[in-house]
Amino acid sequence: MIRPSPRHVLEMVRKERRQLLRDPRTRLIMFVAPIIQLLMFGYAVNTDIRDTATFVVDRDASAASRRLIEAFTTTGRFNIVGTSTRSADVTRVLDRGDAIVAVEIPRGFAADLAALRPARVQILVDGTQSNTATVALGYASRVVQAFARESARSDAVNSPGIDLRARAWFNPGLQSRIYNVPAVIGVVLLLMCLLLTALAIAREREIGTLEQLMVTPLTPTELMLGKTIPVAAVGMIDLLLVTAVAVLWFEVPLRGSPLWLVLAAFIYILAGLALGLLISTVSRTQQEAFMTMFLFLLPAIILSGFLYPVDTMPAFFRWLSMLNPVRHFLFIVRAIFLKGEGLLGLWEQYAILLAMAIAALAFAVSRFRQSVA
Amino acid sequence: MADRSAITDPVDSFTEPVIVASGLTRRFGDFIAVDDLSFTVQRGEIFGFLGPNGAGKTTAIRMLTGLLPPTHGTARVARHDVAGHPYAVRRVIGYMSQLFSLYGDLTVRENLDLFAGLYDVSGDRRRTRIQWALEQAGLEGREDQLTATQPLGLKQRLALGSAVLHGPAVLFLDEPTSGVDPVARRAFWDLIAELADAGTTVLVSTHYMEEAEYCHRLALMNRGRLIALDSPAALKASLEWPILEIRSDDSSRAAAILAGLEGVEDATMFGRSVHVVARDAAAAEQNIAAALEREGLTARDIRRVPPTLEDVFVSLVRRSGGVVAG
Repeated sequence: MIRPSPRHVLEMVRKERRQLLRDPRTRLIMFVAPIIQLLMFGYAVNTDIRDTATFVVDRDASAASRRLIEAFTTTGRFNIVGTSTRSADVTRVLDRGDAIVAVEIPRGFAADLAALRPARVQILVDGTQSNTATVALGYASRVVQAFARESARSDAVNSPGIDLRARAWFNPGLQSRIYNVPAVIGVVLLLMCLLLTALAIAREREIGTLEQLMVTPLTPTELMLGKTIPVAAVGMIDLLLVTAVAVLWFEVPLRGSPLWLVLAAFIYILAGLALGLLISTVSRTQQEAFMTMFLFLLPAIILSGFLYPVDTMPAFFRWLSMLNPVRHFLFIVRAIFLKGEGLLGLWEQYAILLAMAIAALAFAVSRFRQSVA
Repeated sequence: MADRSAITDPVDSFTEPVIVASGLTRRFGDFIAVDDLSFTVQRGEIFGFLGPNGAGKTTAIRMLTGLLPPTHGTARVARHDVAGHPYAVRRVIGYMSQLFSLYGDLTVRENLDLFAGLYDVSGDRRRTRIQWALEQAGLEGREDQLTATQPLGLKQRLALGSAVLHGPAVLFLDEPTSGVDPVARRAFWDLIAELADAGTTVLVSTHYMEEAEYCHRLALMNRGRLIALDSPAALKASLEWPILEIRSDDSSRAAAILAGLEGVEDATMFGRSVHVVARDAAAAEQNIAAALEREGLTARDIRRVPPTLEDVFVSLVRRSGGVVAG
């Protein structure tokens, strides 16, 4: 085997850098798309609720029941879209999707409160929108509990309150952002590595320039280094960009050391580049590369804990996700950002990620050599 | 098969051949793209592969350059075994394919700079070679424009220039002029002749008959096989019978009528006329006019013409009992 010539690698890196920076669309993908993704996950993907369509069945029609309804509306979380006095209407409204939440106050509500008996309120949610439903339920229980405390105080008696199955209260609005924003780094870096490596090599294969390179003294190793070094650099720039926006704009706390973040990102990028190279070896055209990329990307993101927690997945998928570098990287990123952990506490995840990167890289390099030799 | 001893080219036959192909064969599944190809090329020779699309020209060149491993057989280029020492071969060859394969999104100079670097051309030589390539491509003053925006003819010359930046001993050109206009094609061939005069060995494939005339020797290929190998003049002289050219109102009907005629060896459409291979030209002329008349066609012009390479090609393929591919 011929040793890689630094000069050849340098020529290729320079060529790639020129091409990457020249095309406005590539520039957009490299430096603007990550920010847009970050803003999207920071703002749009908000698991918090506002003005949830709510239907009220007030069968008590008392001062107390009206006060309770008012307590719902003043939070801003619930928007009363209709009222009725018949329970049967609830089914119709929820079925048609006119409301997501229904509150039913039974007859005798005020009397129960006055008599210091446990009063009942029923809340129905549209379970097909499970996330909104869970959050709405949490808020509703909060409203009812606050109402119970208040009536107890005004009666100046120790009221047994209202019987409602209380769920653990949490503030999803704030948490979802802090939880999601750092994880965007994982998705952005993977996307960048796959896009810029697999598509760029497939493109050269398609237009014939790869063949032109393969009749020069350039070796596959030199070609590979020339292709991946600029992408790794772009990945590191994106890491800084996304981290800066996360910390300065979204005020996500970065409690751990940025150094550990950079180290994790570097290992993760190596794994991503290996996958990009592998995809390029099985793709003759850009379109094939694109399809293969998405075939891989979607399961990798779903099984990463990016949007859906891994812990609630069936055992099989939980095991499968252990093979997913994205999962391990996200774990590290969140632990560094939110818990302030470092290499010491996360050494297992670092080790797994490194082992994966090395294995993938070794496999990719041997496959790539065959594909271009 | 043409007589291989009758080589009439300007090459000193005592020097060691620069390209040696022995029994080169390439299969793709059941399909045999190149079948038992053997030939040698001398230094400074312009050696042509002539044949229709699918004749195996590109596959043969890919095997000779090391881009594709042969199923059987060996290739030696500039004394190096292509399969055994691919990098030694790569350093001494230049290659240009039918696809324009410089980077359109790099400037003219950036492309030349890249390939000079990959071929380890450095220092003063790098500057002078790049300058030379710019001049011969007619792209001086446009060094800093994007390559994609240049006219095709100039781009082809630029690709040729970048393929010879390192002064290769052997230049492989796979249909280098496809899609280029005749004037640009002519300029391109002048450059090839210049390189050959300076000692570069050129192996070029083409399906343009008029281009084939520029080659010192031609390998006629059909369906993966070498069917003749000689200089263009010797190939044309090898035809046994004279060629008659007939102009009529309906060439395709005329060709069909004449193919079965007594004394006619072969009749083929040739552009807008029909070429007939006749055993006895004088006798055939009479018969042809009469035969066409009987079918209601008028022979507007019948005359003897010197054979072209296409005539040679068609008659060789027919004689070997084959069909022209492509």
